[in-house]
Formats: sequence, C-alpha cells, structure tokens
Amino acid sequence: MKHGKLFAVVLAAALLATAPLFLNAYQVDVLNSIGLYGLLALGLNLILGEAGLFNMGHAAFYAVGAYTAAILNTRYQIPILWTLPLSGLVAGVFALVVARPVVHLRGDYLLIVTIGVGEIVRIALVNDLFGMTGGANGIFGISRPNLFGIVIRRPQEFFYLIWGCVALTIFLFLRLKQSRFGRALNYLREDEVAAEGSGINTAYYKLAAFGLGAAWAGMAGTLFAAKMTIISPESFNFWESVVLFMIVILGGAGNIVGVLLAAFLVIGLPELFREFASARMLVFGLVMVVMMVFRPQGLLPAGGGRFLPATLVRGRG
Amino acid sequence: MEEFLQQLTNGLAVGGIYALIALGYTMVYGVLKLINFAHGDLFTYGAYLGLTLLTSLALTDRLGFALGMLVLVLMVMGLVAVLGAILERAAYRPLRESPRLSAVVSALGASIFLQNALMLLYGARFQVYPNILPATTLNLFGLYLPLMRVLIVLASVLMMAALYLFIQKTRIGAAIRAAAIDQGAARLMGIDVNRVILLVFLMGPALGGTAGLMVGLYYGQINFTMGWVYGMKAFTAAILGGIGNIPGAMVGGLLLGVIEALGAAYISIAWKDAIAFLVLILILIVRPTGLLGERVADKI
Repeated sequence: MKHGKLFAVVLAAALLATAPLFLNAYQVDVLNSIGLYGLLALGLNLILGEAGLFNMGHAAFYAVGAYTAAILNTRYQIPILWTLPLSGLVAGVFALVVARPVVHLRGDYLLIVTIGVGEIVRIALVNDLFGMTGGANGIFGISRPNLFGIVIRRPQEFFYLIWGCVALTIFLFLRLKQSRFGRALNYLREDEVAAEGSGINTAYYKLAAFGLGAAWAGMAGTLFAAKMTIISPESFNFWESVVLFMIVILGGAGNIVGVLLAAFLVIGLPELFREFASARMLVFGLVMVVMMVFRPQGLLPAGGGRFLPATLVRGRG
Repeated sequence: MEEFLQQLTNGLAVGGIYALIALGYTMVYGVLKLINFAHGDLFTYGAYLGLTLLTSLALTDRLGFALGMLVLVLMVMGLVAVLGAILERAAYRPLRESPRLSAVVSALGASIFLQNALMLLYGARFQVYPNILPATTLNLFGLYLPLMRVLIVLASVLMMAALYLFIQKTRIGAAIRAAAIDQGAARLMGIDVNRVILLVFLMGPALGGTAGLMVGLYYGQINFTMGWVYGMKAFTAAILGGIGNIPGAMVGGLLLGVIEALGAAYISIAWKDAIAFLVLILILIVRPTGLLGERVADKI
C-alpha cells in the first residue's frame, strides 16, 4: 500500500513535469491556473486544514500580495519576481493585523468576519485606495518576469515557474507538518482546550498559521500578477475565497495531496465541460452539500501523521 | 434637516427589510446554533417569485391594490416557506449530529446551488419590477415621503410585532423558546424538537421571502446575487442585536439600516457596503453578545 502510494505520486510528478512537451498552450495554461490555485489552497490548508481556523477571506490576502507586486513593479520598476518576498511579507503582516483581534472567535464567527474582511478589501480596491490601486479597472502594464536573464512569457515557461513554486511549497509544508509547529496546529484543531492545557500558546499558533498562510497567498498573488500582467478587483472577489475553501474541504482538510487533487478537480474539470460553464457553480454547490452528507472528511482525509493515532481524528469539527 | 429625515426614513425602510431577514437567521441560530448561509438566497427567491406572480397573475389589477398585495404577500410567504422546509430536509437534517464545519459547508453549498439555479432559470441580468404603485408621495408633517417607503416600514413593523406576540404568547412560541434554551430538556418536556426546527425553517424563510418582495417593490430591480449582500447585512444586524434574540434582530436591523443610510449620505456612498461589514467586525471585537444579547460570551 505504502509503495503503491509512493509509485502513484512519483508517476504523477513525472507526468506533470513532462506535460508541456505534449500539451498545447491552452492546456498548459489550464495547468498553470491549477498550479496557482494549488499554491493558494496549500496556504489556506495551513489555516483551515491544519489549524482548523475557518478563513473565507483568503482572496483578500491574495489581492494584497498581487497589488503590492503590481504597484512596486509599475510605479517603482522593481522586477516582478523581486517583489515576491515583499508581497508575501505585506500580505502576512496584513493578515496578522486583521486576525489579531478576531482570531479567538469561534468557528463560524471567524468565517463571517473573514468574509467581511475580504469584502472590505475588495471595496477598498474598487474605491482606489491611496490613489494607487487604479479603481475598478485595476493595474495594467505589469512587466514580464525575468529569471536569470530568461524572460518568462509563454505558458510553457510559466508552467515551470509556477509548478516549481508548488513543488517547493509541498516540500516545505510537508516538513512543517511533521514539525513541532505542525503538530501544535493539529492539536489545536482537534481540541483547543486540551492544547492550551498542554502548554500550547493557542493565540500564537493561530496567528502564526494565519500569517504564514496569508504570506503564501501574497506570493501566489505576485505570480498571478506576473502571469496576467493586468489585475483588477474582480479577480479577488468572494467567490475566489469560496472556491479555495471548497478545494481544501473537498480534498480533505490537512492533506496536502488531497488538496492538490481537489485543485485539479475543481479548476480542471470545468475546463473539460466548457459547454456547461454556466452550470459550473450549480454543480459545485450540490457537490458541497452531498460531500458533507456522505463524506465530510474529504476525498483524502488527513491521516493524522506519525504522532496522532487515527482514533483521535474521529469526531473533529 | 429635510435631507436628514429623508435619509433616516430611508434607513428605517431598509432596516425593516434587514430586520425581517435577520429574524430568519436568529431563529435558526437560536434553535440549531447554525448560521443558515442559504437564508439570503431564500430572500432572493422571494423577490423572484414575487416578480413572477406579480406579472403573471396581475393580482393588483384584479383584486385592487390592498387585497391583491395581501394575497401576493401570502403566496410568496407560503412558497418560500416550503423552500425553506425542503432546504432543511435536504441540506441540514442529515447533518444534525455532524461536526459544525460540515453543516457550515453544507449551508454554503446550498447557498451556491440556490443562487445558480435562479441564474439558470431567469438569466444573469437584472430583472425589473413593474410599477404597481404610481409614484405617490405622502405628506407627513410637512415631510414628503414615497408611499412605498411608508408601507414597507409599516409592514415590517407589523410583521415583527406579530412574530413577537406569537413567540411570547402562544404554546408553540413557548416550545420554540424552550428548544432554543435547551434541546434535550425541551425533548424531555414532551416538545417535538424536530417539528420546532421545521417550524423555524418555515417562519424564517417566509419573513425573508417577504423582505425580498419588498426590495423588489422598493428598488424596482432585483438580481440573482443580491441575496448574499442582503444576507450578510441581515446577519450583521442579527449579531448587532444579539444572535438568537428575536427583539435583538429587529432592533439590530433597524439600527443597521439607519447607520448605513446615514453613512452613505454623509460619509461616502462608494463605501456603503463596507460600512455594514465594518460594523460587523467592530461588534464582534467589542461586544460579541450584541446589544441585547444576554448569552455568555463563551458561546462565541
């Protein structure tokens, strides 16, 4: 079983790495979208999946990162990839500031507040905050990324940039999951009171999860800005947050492979059924209800890792 | 002063609509401790059903304005109530014993489903309500108010008063209150909690659907996505008044409507939608139990 799993993962990785060789530009572009959503969902997974904090305003952090990158690039001519750490930092700090007063709220209240934050950010962007965000039209003319002298322009080139980032993220987050930090987050998700009783500083870990997940969204925002060269508030509306939330829940909160699989299903499948594009969200909604009734733990539920007996995972919420 | 009073009455009309929707959130929350995310979409269904009935049956032409309106409101209430009951049956009852997250996700899924079903049925464009009332204004102590505005304030206050009396004075109302305090104990006292939940899912959507009809009549146009903005604002109103608390939802709704109308008039119209969310975040930080909430803070 263990070997079968490993084989499947290696095969999938090899298939993905060679995908641009036999797919056309459009198909590669779809894979790029999946990669971007995968990055965002992995960041959200840290908050929602590992720590169990209901964040439905993830698009806000994505937007903060994308706009930071776009403003730095178009106004101060900083190469777009150089803005990567900074937009991550800005999004992370923004998340910390926003989450600090509300992070103690119980599940569904936190959900509502994060929806509110997402909407406020979007409205602020539409209203041309600080005269820098370009209002409803957004910002255009973002320059192409330049990696070691190679200008990244074609979808095939973006493919390796984006999926390189995804691979790095998977590696880092797998390490994180196995670490003291990751276990603390899982403990927090399973039983907050017991976690606090065992000496885990719950507020600190919750904020850390929020900050880190948001920083990842911010960096994904930079990649998005670089890929599109034009960004506008509509790319970061409430439904983006819903789709990301759904990817994490559908894949199995806390399971990295599951989340990526869900990103493929949620973003990739609708591309196969383009003639039914308008019914896409209808099916999403239905799937969400049906999943919760018949398989609430997601497609690939979090296994609990090395330190959490599977029996403890039951009845979490 | 004239401008201020106009904005104030406008705020009361919008607030009355928020309050009617908020009652649905607060009643469901009171009994099930669940945020019914799809409630805002039931409100939209009220608006669309109202439009369809209004144009296809022409009730106001046949029965006169007052009677026609009454029949229309009752039909919308009944239909949306049935939708609410179906929603409860399909999306919430199977999850009664599941962890919180499951019910929340299911509610969101139901919301997305309902919204998009409406889009596929009616199309994504704005729908326009027919003008059944000539643009009459009413002279109230020297203040000229649109008749529709006055009617909406009156109707919403009337419905809230009726609901309040029903909850406080009847046996069924007492059963709802009991189930909200302690489901287990209510069951031991011989209350059929399942029926209470069903009742709550009939009453809340009936009021919400009426609110949808009011929005159509007041603003003249409706859209399939409007439910979520109104829903979020009504939920804010419910929190503002203290979630689970029925008079709280009424006070919170009216207050939020007034805050929003005055904020839009005197601060900035472009930030109108952000005001409600700001109020929501502030109230959850400063006083999470709401203005009239007496529940202990650890519920939140």
